[in-house]
Amino acid sequence: MEYLDLTIKEMHELLKNGEITPLTLSKAALERAYKYQSDYNSFVTILDDALNAAKDLDDNVDNPLYGIPYALKDNISTKGILTTASSNILKDYVPVFDATVVTKLKEKKAVLIGKTVLDELAMGGSGTTGHTGIVCNPWDKERMIGGSSAGSAAAVALGIVPFALGSDTGDSIRKPAAYGGLVGFKPTYGRISRYGLFPFASSLDHFGCLTRWVEDAAYVIDALKGKDEKDMTSLPDDNKIYSELLDGKVKGKKLFYIKEIIDIDTKDINQEVQATLDNFNFVLEQCKELGIEVEAVSIEKKLLNALHPTYITISCAEVTSNNANLTGIIFGNRQPGDTVDEVMFNTRTDGFSELIKRRFVIGSYVLQKENQEKLFLNACRVRRIIVDKITELFKKYDGLILPATGGIAPKFDQKFDKLLDRYLLLENHLVIGNFGGFPSITIPSGVVSNMPIGVNITGPILKDSEVLNMAYALESQLGYKGIMAKGGNKNV
Amino acid sequence: MYKVVIGLEVHCELKTKAKVFSMGPNIYSEEPNINVATIDLGFPGVLPVVNKTAVEYAIKTALALNCTIPNELVFDRKNYFYPDLPKGYQITQFNKTIGSNGVLIINVDGEDKKVFIKEMHLEEDTASLDHYGSYSLLNYNRAGVPLIEVVTEPCLHNSEEVVTFLEALRSIFLYCDVSEAKSDKGQMRCDVNISLMKDDSKELGTKVELKNINSFNNVKDAIEYEIKRQAEMLDNGEKVIMETRRFDDNKRKTYTMREKVEAVDYKYFMEPNIPIIKIKKDWVNEIKTTIPMLQYERIQLYMNEYGLSRYDATILVKDKEVADFFEKAITYDDDYKKITNWINGVVLGHINKYGLRINEIFITPKMLVELIKLVEDKTISIKQGKEVFYQALQEKKEPIDIVKSANMSQIQDEDYLLKIALEVINENKEVVTEYLNGRDNVLDYLVGQVMKKTKGKANPAKASEILKTEIKKLN
Repeated sequence: MEYLDLTIKEMHELLKNGEITPLTLSKAALERAYKYQSDYNSFVTILDDALNAAKDLDDNVDNPLYGIPYALKDNISTKGILTTASSNILKDYVPVFDATVVTKLKEKKAVLIGKTVLDELAMGGSGTTGHTGIVCNPWDKERMIGGSSAGSAAAVALGIVPFALGSDTGDSIRKPAAYGGLVGFKPTYGRISRYGLFPFASSLDHFGCLTRWVEDAAYVIDALKGKDEKDMTSLPDDNKIYSELLDGKVKGKKLFYIKEIIDIDTKDINQEVQATLDNFNFVLEQCKELGIEVEAVSIEKKLLNALHPTYITISCAEVTSNNANLTGIIFGNRQPGDTVDEVMFNTRTDGFSELIKRRFVIGSYVLQKENQEKLFLNACRVRRIIVDKITELFKKYDGLILPATGGIAPKFDQKFDKLLDRYLLLENHLVIGNFGGFPSITIPSGVVSNMPIGVNITGPILKDSEVLNMAYALESQLGYKGIMAKGGNKNV
Repeated sequence: MYKVVIGLEVHCELKTKAKVFSMGPNIYSEEPNINVATIDLGFPGVLPVVNKTAVEYAIKTALALNCTIPNELVFDRKNYFYPDLPKGYQITQFNKTIGSNGVLIINVDGEDKKVFIKEMHLEEDTASLDHYGSYSLLNYNRAGVPLIEVVTEPCLHNSEEVVTFLEALRSIFLYCDVSEAKSDKGQMRCDVNISLMKDDSKELGTKVELKNINSFNNVKDAIEYEIKRQAEMLDNGEKVIMETRRFDDNKRKTYTMREKVEAVDYKYFMEPNIPIIKIKKDWVNEIKTTIPMLQYERIQLYMNEYGLSRYDATILVKDKEVADFFEKAITYDDDYKKITNWINGVVLGHINKYGLRINEIFITPKMLVELIKLVEDKTISIKQGKEVFYQALQEKKEPIDIVKSANMSQIQDEDYLLKIALEVINENKEVVTEYLNGRDNVLDYLVGQVMKKTKGKANPAKASEILKTEIKKLN
């Protein structure tokens, strides 16, 4: 039996009745990690020490994550364990403290198997810019898994671990989830403490998880959520146990989709986009079957077109400041120089790739005194307008439903024209969830050209439990529950 | 001639237990890099947590400076690269400062002057950087220490006004008990913006910034040097350039640090990791009640209500503990002037000599007043009073007990004194006759004889009275 292909609950039962031990699972996870590493490159670091950790666990199987192997995106601070953010500037950085999520998972006695590759410093959506190489899609090695939580998505899609943590600033969990046939969930902003997450854009950054089942996501978030004195933006706990509230009762729920995002000019539309839209219609029908009402809502195109530029402006502004600590003075890959200024200059010149520097330049530009009002502050205003608009709609609807992406995972050599209007909205609407801090989940909704695609549900803030429950019901209804790229017993 | 225009930016470290955004201890230490928390080093993933006490102290100070307090607390990032700045930005306040539009009244040469406070903000201090020729060392003890910056309007005009203002400002910090405000420990530092303009001109001259001057004396000398330097330049038809200068302690001169071609763009934006925090009116009012009466008001009170001179009042209020000591003392007796003289003379003389604080000495306000009363009612002489004061400090005994046990009290017992007086009269008949013949001054001799017989313990006034009465009887 391939224990790793089971749900967390199933593993938990086996651990409880003594059929398996944490060591059984960790051993299997490490085996798979090594087996797939050269082909897919999920990990920056694979932790052989996981076996000792698994061995040392007491026998008190007191919670669902006890003994469960997992992986962490390599921008999550782990005390004593290399954490690189997949960037040369941090290639040897070993943190002195654990992120709050890590502390919590340690308390739950989950077993850390490895640190996963990301797009450098979590910027980018392709999984191709990490300093240790590209991450491949387990469904098709020629294709991207998407990013920036690329390695975490690949590791779960390969069945190495039942869950992996990622971070999501624009769509960095929910997009790779769609490309990898996974569940990708980021709860409400503040639900999970960000202490120890290497920041990309602090006002947009969310922790979240990649799993193969909605139920597993609920178990993981149950373990991570809650107020943290170390993060002032963290929320008081809602004292709900999400995994226990999954009942699939969604009859009478109301969702909306944004017409302008779906209405794509059918003239020379590409097959994949068409298939994605067809799949979305299928999803809508299944919603109806479940008793969920879905309505089309119209939002001014001008506002929707502003989503991506607004995201770029705000995220680049915050990221340039957030990464100003990477100078090589206290930590990091310090480069020599004759003066202290030269040390900082050389360290940064050498440590960041061109793509990163480009974002820093954009960020500095939009924050400059002469540009700030027009660019940065206007972007903040647009963000507010968008959030207000969606929040207003959430008074009437329980959530927003849309295709997670505009198609299946692209090939590495695929030229894609991101600026084409018809793709732009369909590819970039997930930032709505980050702008408003809304809980947002992607689940697999179908297979196109042998590749998975996903659908996304975004709900009002604090309604994490409700969003999970809708996804839980829909997941069963759609029939792509627990799909795996490689040989798992629930493969399609 | 030129008119001098000066504005100040004064930084003061708050004496909270922890740092402003971390739990790192805020303790002054000579040993480098021991008071440092993870957050203070700006490691990836650390987040700031606002220290409520630091906010409270800042609001307290802002209120004492008569500033307007905003209804919400907002922090901003000031972005720049410098090795002493671990995160690559400083968390400070830019758009909405914790205090604005304040005023502090100072007294220069007996004249009141309003110094306008543009704004006051709360921020984190940087690490300190010590240069050693070919290398520099970083000390992170200071990184993250809560700092308030008081920015004045350009409304000061000479070094005396500036130093008076700085002293008044320091008194606010000390009276509010929010900082030790010691400049030798770098807890109070001052940037001076100074420009000269022609007397008849309406346009401000070119501004020169004197950075990080660490003692009031240096501020005074730096300003005076700079006024002279700029005046000479203008006299010679030269142009003063906009620049930042530093003051050399040893050479007592200012030197160019960097020329400011353009003002640096710090790309301020709102700190996303600290949510906007409501400042509740109730809390502000509560903080207000913790502000004691300040120096300026006390001077007014002491002069107008207690009849003290400005000179005496100013000495009393210099140190809040001394002023508090005085105010406690006058609850036991209302001879304000006498109490003031004792405090400003004997008490301050003693504590200044030994570098003590008034609250550290054994004598309490009550004991002091009791001692003063013993002198006033002539139980003991002034000279004895002072001796008792020092003895009380040394032996940690109440003055009143010392006087009792040393049998120091002047002899007031009239029967006893009468007996002695009659002895003296009998033994000095010739002198008595002289007195009766109108030579009043010989009475002193007779009093002296009484004193001699009582080993100085007789109350001389009483003795004199009794002698007079008895001699009259002889007549």
